[in-house]
Amino acid sequence: MLRIVGRHTLHIVHSLGDFALFIERSFRAAIGSRKIVRRIVRAGFEQGVRCVPVILIVGMFTGLVLGLQGYYVLNKFGSEGLLGTLVSLSLVREMGPVLAALMLVGQAGSALAAELGIQRNTEQIAALETMGVSSHAYLVAPRLIAGLIVYPLQAALFVTIGLVGGALSGSVLLGLESGVYWSAVERAVESRDVRECFMKAAVFGLLTIGLCSYHGFNAHRNRSYTGARAVSASTTRAVVQSCIVVLAADYVITSFFV
Amino acid sequence: MAISASEPLLEVEGLHKSFDGNVVLSGASLGVPRGCLVSVLGRSGAGKSVFLKCLVDVLQPDGGTIRFDGKLLGAGDAAARADFRRRCSFLFQSNALFDSLTALENVSLPLEQTTDLSDKEIVERSLEALRQLELDAHRDRYPSQLSGGMQKRLALARAIVTRPELVLFDEPTAGLDPLRRNAVFSMIAKYQRQFGFTAVVVTHDVPEALVASDRVALLDKGRICFEGVPADFSASNDGVVHAFRDSIATLGSSLAAIRRGEASSSADP
Repeated sequence: MLRIVGRHTLHIVHSLGDFALFIERSFRAAIGSRKIVRRIVRAGFEQGVRCVPVILIVGMFTGLVLGLQGYYVLNKFGSEGLLGTLVSLSLVREMGPVLAALMLVGQAGSALAAELGIQRNTEQIAALETMGVSSHAYLVAPRLIAGLIVYPLQAALFVTIGLVGGALSGSVLLGLESGVYWSAVERAVESRDVRECFMKAAVFGLLTIGLCSYHGFNAHRNRSYTGARAVSASTTRAVVQSCIVVLAADYVITSFFV
Repeated sequence: MAISASEPLLEVEGLHKSFDGNVVLSGASLGVPRGCLVSVLGRSGAGKSVFLKCLVDVLQPDGGTIRFDGKLLGAGDAAARADFRRRCSFLFQSNALFDSLTALENVSLPLEQTTDLSDKEIVERSLEALRQLELDAHRDRYPSQLSGGMQKRLALARAIVTRPELVLFDEPTAGLDPLRRNAVFSMIAKYQRQFGFTAVVVTHDVPEALVASDRVALLDKGRICFEGVPADFSASNDGVVHAFRDSIATLGSSLAAIRRGEASSSADP
């Protein structure tokens, strides 16, 4: 029993170290990499523009539900006027960065892990190395840098559209005065909350894009599966671990801010 | 490029490689003279591709030394490795083309990432390489939209666009029909002479290799057991070389016998 626990612990520590080195190597390789801006823009497009519809849809429904639930709960205490406060703080502090990150993992992260896995399988990554091109600089670093920029922007979009959803629920559907809702939003949200939101989103971006890249890039190391199965297994692992890491990191960061 | 045939560009000594206890290379040694086309022959599974991949660091050899232009390529010597990669190209058996990039982008990529050429110069040189391999009309197509032979030529265009001194070809004719096989070998020999690069071709197409190569080597049981000019290979009385040549002749006669059998059975009422 002790041996099993020890072996698993060693494996986790080794994997964490390997992941940290992977991220460090990618950022180091980015320094001096030729035409990296072009690749960052392309990665930003994949994580940004392509994911806007899902962010808009999920953000809108999150705001609608928050507005609906919040209104009925606050109504019991005669405090409907605080609906804007509840919706805005829930979105800015927690739901915006977390749900936006989860959506981005589902759409851009899974695609990234699968793409890198296939590139590994078809020797495209080995071909880069034989050409003297750093695969970390060419394939991983632009995605990581784009993730640091795009995740906060997507979180901001999610929060904005969520606030609109809350207003639709509270004001349009349930009859709360629109001015009451928006003035509560303005009073509740402080620059500290916005900072927390952006910081969380950037950390989630680094961790999730890093994890998806790591698993796709190392799909060939999978000892249980080879070929297409290895790609699907690494993609699944990347998505599951990314979702867990988002929630765990959210707790850690929140505990520093509260 | 000055070519001195006496001076080896690449020297491999005692290369060892095994996978989970399965020994693939057990002291393979090979000298590749500058400006020559050297074919490494061997049966399927003899370790020819592993041998090449160890040279370019796609696989880490367990032992042995590799010298390029007199410099030892040590595991820790990043500068020597970088110099080797800059001056060497590798053509994968699977072509390893970037499926999300067009033909032109595939060829441009090594220039874009390893040189300081302007965008205009990169496009010009890439188009020149595509033209030389008769692919300029397909510049905007993706690899999946090209035939197998075209993909092979595209991979070759990408390999020569950086004007390397050494090009390593891993089974360049695998999966091609006999006419294309001949054409690919002719193409390699032609460009090898035109650009003056040194070439190492791993193949099991013996007749084509004997015609096109300056030197041939035979890899058997993890070692290079013959190294010399094609005429010596054809005339060699060495047991292993003899057995290898015999196996090809036997294969030819077996195929002829099968065909004769088919002909007689189809003639039966």
